[in-house]
Amino acid sequence: MSATSDRLGEDYGERDDRGRPATEAERPGGLGERPPAGRPGSGLARDEAPGGPVRDGTSRRGGRKGGGRGDRPMVPPASFGSYYGKPIVKAPVWHHDIAAYLFTGGLAAGSSLLAAAGDLSGRPALGRAGRLAALGAVTASAYFLIHDLGRPARFHHMLRVAKPTSPMSVGTWVLTAFGPAAGVAAIAEGAPLLPERGVLGLVRRLLPPLGAAGQVGAALTAPALATYTAVLLSDTSTPSWHAAYEELPFVFAGSALASGAAVGLLAAPCDQAGPARRMAVCGAALELYGAHRVETTKGLLSEPYRTGRAGRLLRAGRALTAAGVAGALLGRRSRVASALSGLSLLAASLATRFGIFEGGMASAKDPKYVVVPQRERLQRRAESGDAGGS
Amino acid sequence: MPSNSLYGPLDPAPDAGYTDAPPRMGFFTDTSVCIGCKACEVACKEWNGVPDDGFNLLGMSYDNTGGLTANSWRHVAFIEQPRASSGAGTDTPGAFAGTPAGPSASAHSAVVAASAGQDTGTDPGVPPAVDALAAAGTVAPPGPQFLGMPGHDLPGRIPDAPRTDFRWLMMSNVCKHCTHAGCLDVCPTGALFRTEFGTVVVQEDICNGCGYCIPACPYGVIDQRQGDGRAWKCTMCYDRIGDGLTPACAKACPTESIQYGELSELRERAATRVAALHEQGVGEARLYGHDENDGVGGDGAFFLLLDEPEVYGLPPDPVVPTKNLPAMWRRAGLAALTMAAAVVVAAAGRRR
Repeated sequence: MSATSDRLGEDYGERDDRGRPATEAERPGGLGERPPAGRPGSGLARDEAPGGPVRDGTSRRGGRKGGGRGDRPMVPPASFGSYYGKPIVKAPVWHHDIAAYLFTGGLAAGSSLLAAAGDLSGRPALGRAGRLAALGAVTASAYFLIHDLGRPARFHHMLRVAKPTSPMSVGTWVLTAFGPAAGVAAIAEGAPLLPERGVLGLVRRLLPPLGAAGQVGAALTAPALATYTAVLLSDTSTPSWHAAYEELPFVFAGSALASGAAVGLLAAPCDQAGPARRMAVCGAALELYGAHRVETTKGLLSEPYRTGRAGRLLRAGRALTAAGVAGALLGRRSRVASALSGLSLLAASLATRFGIFEGGMASAKDPKYVVVPQRERLQRRAESGDAGGS
Repeated sequence: MPSNSLYGPLDPAPDAGYTDAPPRMGFFTDTSVCIGCKACEVACKEWNGVPDDGFNLLGMSYDNTGGLTANSWRHVAFIEQPRASSGAGTDTPGAFAGTPAGPSASAHSAVVAASAGQDTGTDPGVPPAVDALAAAGTVAPPGPQFLGMPGHDLPGRIPDAPRTDFRWLMMSNVCKHCTHAGCLDVCPTGALFRTEFGTVVVQEDICNGCGYCIPACPYGVIDQRQGDGRAWKCTMCYDRIGDGLTPACAKACPTESIQYGELSELRERAATRVAALHEQGVGEARLYGHDENDGVGGDGAFFLLLDEPEVYGLPPDPVVPTKNLPAMWRRAGLAALTMAAAVVVAAAGRRR
């Protein structure tokens, strides 16, 4: 059995290395970066196609005899069969609105938690900055989410049902709870600006307790808001998102904490920013650990996170996170250094979210990421079945 | 929640709450008798009023539809295969043994002149060819070419016609109406619903185009219609079957490659058919989507294939993403608790 699995691994590895250029060249309209190739994909082995024969999907098993003819130029065999190299699963139709929402939703949650940390430790500057940032970010989130709908005027149809099998439905209700709470909490910050008499004076007296209640509600729902988006992406057939379901919540939780901490580093004076610094360290640690796992432990399905645009974004995110944490810790006496670290952490969170988003998109557009892992799964099942039977 | 609601064998209509549900209905698509006429595609468009998908030459075989999209609820796949010969003087043993096979048609008729064309709305992922004939001319070697014209003699009549190792596979693909449908599980508006026949249908007056069902489908079936914004897919002609009629595609199929009926009966029929094919030496015949123990709990529309599923553009081992949803929520809960702990740590530090 070990011999069989060795051979299988070698087979895939070898064909993967040699087959990848052919696969990418053949993929029509692959990632949008290549001009369409002159030949349809690897779904069929066409004997006399102009570029030489494409050997592939018709004979996927090991040594394919008669596949190569010495007198013809030979495109290296692809590692899997497919229908003209066309994608099997459909890539999400979501635009960058959704990637941006991953960031703003996380920022809203992180800011709300920063405000909670500020309130708990008696640092009013953190509380105020966190609440205002949370309201801004959650408003942007609502815009991005509604703008991305195919029928934006029907956004309220989300409120027809509450469905635990749909992470989007769960998220809708989490946002519905978080948004107004965070809004009241932020608006209450403006109470001292109101006159002391009359109707507005009454509002001035009512707002602070309402705001405090809102802050509690927002802080309690914020962790759900920051992590449900990971389930939203994982609960799809997009290969690299689904494969990462164990770590994505931690990546997103860390990213949200780091971006919330960044708000504190940007807005609070140095002597009040202590909780923000500690939050930045915790968030960055979670984010870096999770992203590292996603990029290294998923086999072939980690590849989309290391290559192309997603790879560049995630590498940039990692560098910016490291720079931000270093700046936050080393520059704790400098207002400018703290603010720069905050900016770096915000940019890191943005890059990480877009990187994860793009990685999933890339994995859906190449049938390799659907077929090869599923074939390996079938092979493993067959082997364990054989072992059980004999 | 009843057992197996997310995964495993299940009768979906009672699980969805129907009491007294009629038998589960389905499609059995037997690709071994498909002739690629595309009557199913046309009948589907006619009955359901589905817009055109653009009139493109995709430059791949006779498939100019490209795939299942919001505007193509049936899709006939064409696969041209030079199969290695394993019998004495015959091509693929079994189904095609003894069948006349002329010179390979694949050579130059199928040259692709792919180039970016105009956007046609729902994009099956294949750029349209600009001018396949002109492109064919640029690479054609001297000598006669096969231009796709029918011959003037009966196939196989010419004594010198060499036998070639070549076969065509044709398959009419469609929504699988899964027992555990990823699209239905994740729909946040309730636009997708389970019918009393066990099929899965989108309510067009509810769908708000959130697009979540599209990546959820393990088969890549459901799709968003551009310019419309909503998600569309095969309804198994919900408006026909409720009246006891056959869905348009099955009604139009001239070879009964598409068979419609009670799923349990179709499964028996398919088992008989595959056994018969094996007996005739077509060892490669296999069923796809018939097994209720598979990753989606069995398909309401299943297939008899003559090659591996991925050759037809089907996933070899599809699993509904919701299978792992409880584990996902647990991980998210753990991450959320970690966040709360981080906030406590952040707030508890000493005051400087």
